Amino acid sequence: MIDFSEIFLILPLIVIGFGILVSLVFEMYSKQSEKILPWLSILIFTITAIFSIATISEPRDVVFHNMLSVGGNTHFFYFIFNIGAALVSLLSIDYIKKYGTYYGEYYILLQSSVLGMMLMAGAKDLLVIFLGLELMSISFYVLAGLNRKKLSANEASLKYFLLGAFATGFVVYGIALIYGSASSTSLDVITADFSPLTNNLLFIVGVLLFLIGFSFKIAAFPFHMWVPDVYQGSPTTVAGLFSTGGKAAAFSSILITLIAVFSNSAQNIFTPYLSVIATLSMLFGSIVAIAQEDIKRMLAYSSISHAGYLTIGLASGNEYGVAGIIFYLATYTFMNLGAFGIVAMIEGENESNLTISSYAGLSKRKPLLAALLALFMFSLAGIPPFAGFFGKYYIFISAIKADLTWLAVLGVISSAISVYFYIRIVVLMYFKEADSELIIHDSRTGLLALIISSILVVLLGIFPGTILQLITSFI
Amino acid sequence: MFVVGVAGVLTRRNAIIVFMSIELMLNSANLSLVTFSSFSGNPVGQLFVFFVMAVAAAEAAVGLAIIIALFRNKPTLNIDEINILKW
Repeated sequence: MIDFSEIFLILPLIVIGFGILVSLVFEMYSKQSEKILPWLSILIFTITAIFSIATISEPRDVVFHNMLSVGGNTHFFYFIFNIGAALVSLLSIDYIKKYGTYYGEYYILLQSSVLGMMLMAGAKDLLVIFLGLELMSISFYVLAGLNRKKLSANEASLKYFLLGAFATGFVVYGIALIYGSASSTSLDVITADFSPLTNNLLFIVGVLLFLIGFSFKIAAFPFHMWVPDVYQGSPTTVAGLFSTGGKAAAFSSILITLIAVFSNSAQNIFTPYLSVIATLSMLFGSIVAIAQEDIKRMLAYSSISHAGYLTIGLASGNEYGVAGIIFYLATYTFMNLGAFGIVAMIEGENESNLTISSYAGLSKRKPLLAALLALFMFSLAGIPPFAGFFGKYYIFISAIKADLTWLAVLGVISSAISVYFYIRIVVLMYFKEADSELIIHDSRTGLLALIISSILVVLLGIFPGTILQLITSFI
Repeated sequence: MFVVGVAGVLTRRNAIIVFMSIELMLNSANLSLVTFSSFSGNPVGQLFVFFVMAVAAAEAAVGLAIIIALFRNKPTLNIDEINILKW
């Protein structure tokens, strides 16, 4: 029998789930759904975000027969996802008009993908992780190919679908093996039985398959092939959501699963696998990004290298690493969404103005946009006063604490390489004349979203200590 | 069966056959879940299989729709010819 007091505890999930149903009905019956739906979804996301952050200090608890956890960092993740999705909806209002196709499903799919992310972050059972992952991924496959008349969108969607489903196969088989060795899918039971399980080959292979499946989702190096193509082919705002929300959700699931390892303070047996993945994706991402001419592909490769930095935190596997990852995910979400938002605003009709050279001389015509893009680029590059620096700093500290100094050194080298391609855009904007006239559509809602995300980036950069303390107190 | 599925995904060039190989991977996971479940007498595994089957059906619906949308714009199923997005 379900205890009704538990219903209140999962209110964020219920609000979003209810929002999906309301939006669906609205889409069917209202002729003005195009005007109202975006604001409805922004309202839903904002309510959920505010509710989650307000109840963040609720006692942490496990509800629904050990299926979901509430309170603490789960709510912090809910906050990140919902603010991110609200920003994406704000940016989409004008972008979708420019992109040429409006389908009412857009905002509904956005909401259901956020519900999937929230299930992933709150899961206490492998079954819930799996269901959340699929809810998120299936919505993403459709969002990527939303413009079904355009071949590039079809291709992006097909590639995302085939590789995503392939990764799902790995995850499910990994879960099957973990279940076989632990005879339970509950993470609490697995944590309790962890020490005998570390000697069980079946269990180790299962966790490895699980990690390989999730490496596809976080876009780490050997499994990154889909990333640039999908980001280039899908709508820019949606690509922003893939690279931030999708990645944050996948990392939250990995953290939940691997916390079994941390809490027993046993030897982290997956360190070699994770450090190899981290090194390769950092270096590969930053080196290949230098050669890119298309800004969306450049951001895609930069997101691969960011996945590498985040994986360092997993490899070091201590408390600092976990706190660093969560902090980094928050800053990364806001700065990357900001960058994608500016790309979406500058993008012209029929996917024009997407080359890096079209940003030349932007500071003369759109000083505010140029300044905001410079802020996001400096933050992504990890230059001190901005939030991106502290994220990287905490993760490198965790690597040093875990005796993985070589990994931290490689991380610093790779972020030094990445400064080149981030700063190149800033230099183009400020010190070069435009060679062609570029028509930029004004978008007030888009600008509002950019300003909100820049404020969040600056705030996270000014008060990193307070937020990190909050996160650490919940681990 | 899992290995056959992985090999199929990696070597076949037809989108539908790749998709079938992915289904094969999911079904191999289902079989092992049921086997482990009857082996340990714990019913969670059988429950899990129902969820995997439901999700696989949803995925098949979306996947086939994507393939049809692509086929309308470019009548080919060979994934080597679907290559306009390249650097």
